[in-house]
Amino acid sequence: MKLLLAIFLSCCATLAQADALKLAVTTSFQNSGLAEVLLPAIAEDTGIDVQLLVVGTGQALRLGEAGDVDAILVHSKAAEDAFVAAGYGTGRTEIMYNDFVLIGPEDDPADISAADTAGAALRAIAELQAPFVSRGDDSGTHRKEVSLWSGIGIDPGGDWYRPVGAGMGAALNTASGMGAYILADRASWLNFANKGDLALLFSGDPVLFNQYAYIPVSPERHPSVAHDLALQLKGWLTGPRAQELIDGYTIDGQQLFTFNAAPAAPG
Amino acid sequence: MGDIWAGIAAAFRLIITADADLVEISLRSLQVTLSALVIACAIALPLGTFLAIQRFRYRRTVIAVLNALMGLPPVVVGLIVYILLSRSGPFGVLGLLFTPTAMIIAQVIIITPLIASVTHQAMRDLWAEYHDLLISLNTGKLQRVGTLILDGRRSLLTAALAGFGRAIGEVGAIMIVGGNIEHQTRVLTTAIALETGRGDFALALGLGFVLIALALAVNLATHYLGRTESEGRW
Repeated sequence: MKLLLAIFLSCCATLAQADALKLAVTTSFQNSGLAEVLLPAIAEDTGIDVQLLVVGTGQALRLGEAGDVDAILVHSKAAEDAFVAAGYGTGRTEIMYNDFVLIGPEDDPADISAADTAGAALRAIAELQAPFVSRGDDSGTHRKEVSLWSGIGIDPGGDWYRPVGAGMGAALNTASGMGAYILADRASWLNFANKGDLALLFSGDPVLFNQYAYIPVSPERHPSVAHDLALQLKGWLTGPRAQELIDGYTIDGQQLFTFNAAPAAPG
Repeated sequence: MGDIWAGIAAAFRLIITADADLVEISLRSLQVTLSALVIACAIALPLGTFLAIQRFRYRRTVIAVLNALMGLPPVVVGLIVYILLSRSGPFGVLGLLFTPTAMIIAQVIIITPLIASVTHQAMRDLWAEYHDLLISLNTGKLQRVGTLILDGRRSLLTAALAGFGRAIGEVGAIMIVGGNIEHQTRVLTTAIALETGRGDFALALGLGFVLIALALAVNLATHYLGRTESEGRW
């Protein structure tokens, strides 16, 4: 029996493809639908079969630290810098950005659509104690939300503040169910099918810009990672084809992401 | 209520058009679960039978632990298997994380106690009946286990189907160790979780109905092939 099991396991292990690259991405990237445009183009141009692991930024960084993925594409600059500084990654490359938006019930009891800044909008929600759903999962979106709260000197808590510890879509479902405010990235919001009574109420404050960066996992820490492929993918992601596809990706006529990678260094 | 009708419609659309992705993830669901079931049965059926016929010092403790393990939280099993198979874990060199094999390992751990417990219950009753006969024939341990498994196969089928049911509908563990990678480790349950996250309830429900239909089909096929409930009592 043990022999059979061993044979079986080794068969499965050898099935892994040679040119496959495991990339941990955030739920907001996956939910935007951009992956379905980029992955076929990547396979066509470079022959790399990118396998996406869709997790929160916190878990993506953990997967990278453990060497379980070959590269990560996340959006939380401070955590990314710490990741690279600790030697887990071989450099952070900015690829593109989208923006966060504040979603809430259509009748907008806290009147945040009239606010001047994101901080003022959150302050209005806190003062009214209107229900607010927080991701609460240490994701990039959650970290952004926490930084916004601390930026206006409010430590949110109480019945109205509801951390759900779930991905973007699940959190939006919760907000939709209870008619709550929530911070979401624009892409996930536009792609979200269960909008219910929710509406986009506030956007455009530069503090809400959301920078995505790509980090290959360091082969020094984990010799098993496909570092060559990760570098090849980095070249593609910063190249003209990626720019064309990212800038050209729209939902309902709205451009979701803006490509802002520096041109790849020659050689 | 509208969502449920939309879900049923989505399920029909997926099945009638034989959607390529649906076929792929359904087959992977079956492949993972049936592999796990075969391995778990190979361990649990002899183990459960052995516990029924053999008396030893900590037998009661073993049985109690086995019963308690029936309620193993899948998400905890997933996390432990993840840590073991991670590149920085003890079995990292095998490169098994985020493969169907990892999902099979997690499911084997989840369903083995369940199958062993149900087996033990059924075999205990059968053993009471066969005890004198098998002792008087001067049979060995292996022969007794073999005879009981053969003659109790109908109860064991129930045990196996219970294991199948728990494994095919499981999502917590295989999401962690499989990673829900498209074309690699995506199965019906993780696809449902994904579509729910996207707010596409119709598609999620549609996949859910396909999953239920699949479980029903496997159960019916097993009963039909085994001609349960139609003859004899074995």
